[in-house]
Amino acid sequence: MTERLHIGTHKGLFELARHKGVWDIADVQFLGDPVSAVLAVTDGTVYAALDLGHFGAKLWHRSRTGNWRELPVPAFPPKPEDAGDDPHPWSLGKVWALEPGGVPGRIWAGTMPGGLFRTDDGGESWSLNQALWHMPERRQWSGVAGGEQPGINSVLIDPRNPSDIRIGVSSAGLWASTDTGATWQIINHGMYNEYMPPERREDPIFQDIHLLSRCVARPEIVWCQHHNGVFRSENAGANWHELTAIRPSKFGFAVAAHPRDPDTAWFVPAIKDERRVPVDGKVVVARTRDGGRSFEVLKNGLPQRHAYDLVWRHALSVDETGELLAFGSTSGGLWISENGGDSWTMPEARLPPIAAVRFAPALH
Amino acid sequence: MPTVLFTSALQRFLPVPSAHVTGATIAEALAAVFASEPRLRGYVLDDQGALRRHVAIYVNGRSISDRARLTDAVAQDDEIYVFQALSGG
Repeated sequence: MTERLHIGTHKGLFELARHKGVWDIADVQFLGDPVSAVLAVTDGTVYAALDLGHFGAKLWHRSRTGNWRELPVPAFPPKPEDAGDDPHPWSLGKVWALEPGGVPGRIWAGTMPGGLFRTDDGGESWSLNQALWHMPERRQWSGVAGGEQPGINSVLIDPRNPSDIRIGVSSAGLWASTDTGATWQIINHGMYNEYMPPERREDPIFQDIHLLSRCVARPEIVWCQHHNGVFRSENAGANWHELTAIRPSKFGFAVAAHPRDPDTAWFVPAIKDERRVPVDGKVVVARTRDGGRSFEVLKNGLPQRHAYDLVWRHALSVDETGELLAFGSTSGGLWISENGGDSWTMPEARLPPIAAVRFAPALH
Repeated sequence: MPTVLFTSALQRFLPVPSAHVTGATIAEALAAVFASEPRLRGYVLDDQGALRRHVAIYVNGRSISDRARLTDAVAQDDEIYVFQALSGG
């Protein structure tokens, strides 16, 4: 079982370790600085993206020996003169998603304002995916929460084929490449955005994908927490059907697919849309074990009275076994389950608002 | 030689002592500082070389006017002060 858990918060990176069955904070880094993404890889090293606000986005790396070092951060090329009407800035807003590329040294970084970057040398150098960035349709991408910057929130790499990539964009649908990013096409059908004008409601490029998560053992199974509900695809994101059985509500940000069981996934619902707090002030996790036909509401060990915790899209994590789960909230709540969500415990900590929760993988 | 001084808020991230530099513009003065501390560039300027949105530069107590290309002229005895707009909680 995984023994390490990384928590990226508004004021620092916290590492928890499991010792004699108890999870406790083992390390604190970047105290006071917002952490926007964290990735622990199988070689035992850790990447942390910071969003310093005044001073920009930064990327740090912890070596196997435990030393942190600042790496070059993904950067946009000089904006050409004829790009003047581009609605999105050619400057890194923040790193929002960090995913291993399935090849040693390769990592994909999904960012605001919608650039996808890749490194093949463990983060020593980054290159912008030009095909996606220069695609004319990219200028139609909508910003997150009405802002100017779209964000790539999900990067799914097919575990059988690292050239097969899916990205989820807030708010611009799901884009696929089967040639390591040389060409892209939008593929999602079956989602709808109920707040859009009727003629645009089902348009793939207007879909506000909050997060995608895929079953490692059956990569064609992909789950989506969307702005307007939860959806499941059985063909790697091309066609989607809504899971209307979700309860207590269909709004939320996070989703975690079971790594082995294609019928199991977890969500953390909240009241849509402007309120964005748990239904009835009760923190719960919704779990399906039958492909979304039905959902259980898991609450054992979770606060059930006057709890107003919201869980962001990257703040729910499941380990490689599918038994160990953790999620963190905007109120700094952190809960861990070692039995697939049946019961939860809270480590002894009052953390800053949590943006990212991620288990470290087993070392290879 | 103009003098470039940096906010103490930056000292948390990297060493930025005040420096006497050569340069006739803000861009030239900053380039001289970045030459000795390359990481600093990304903390002060964005990907296009413009001043970051929430960073300010004052010369002798007055805000510079060209935040995109940093062409404001600086003289021998000028003090260039680089600092941040405070925000957040």
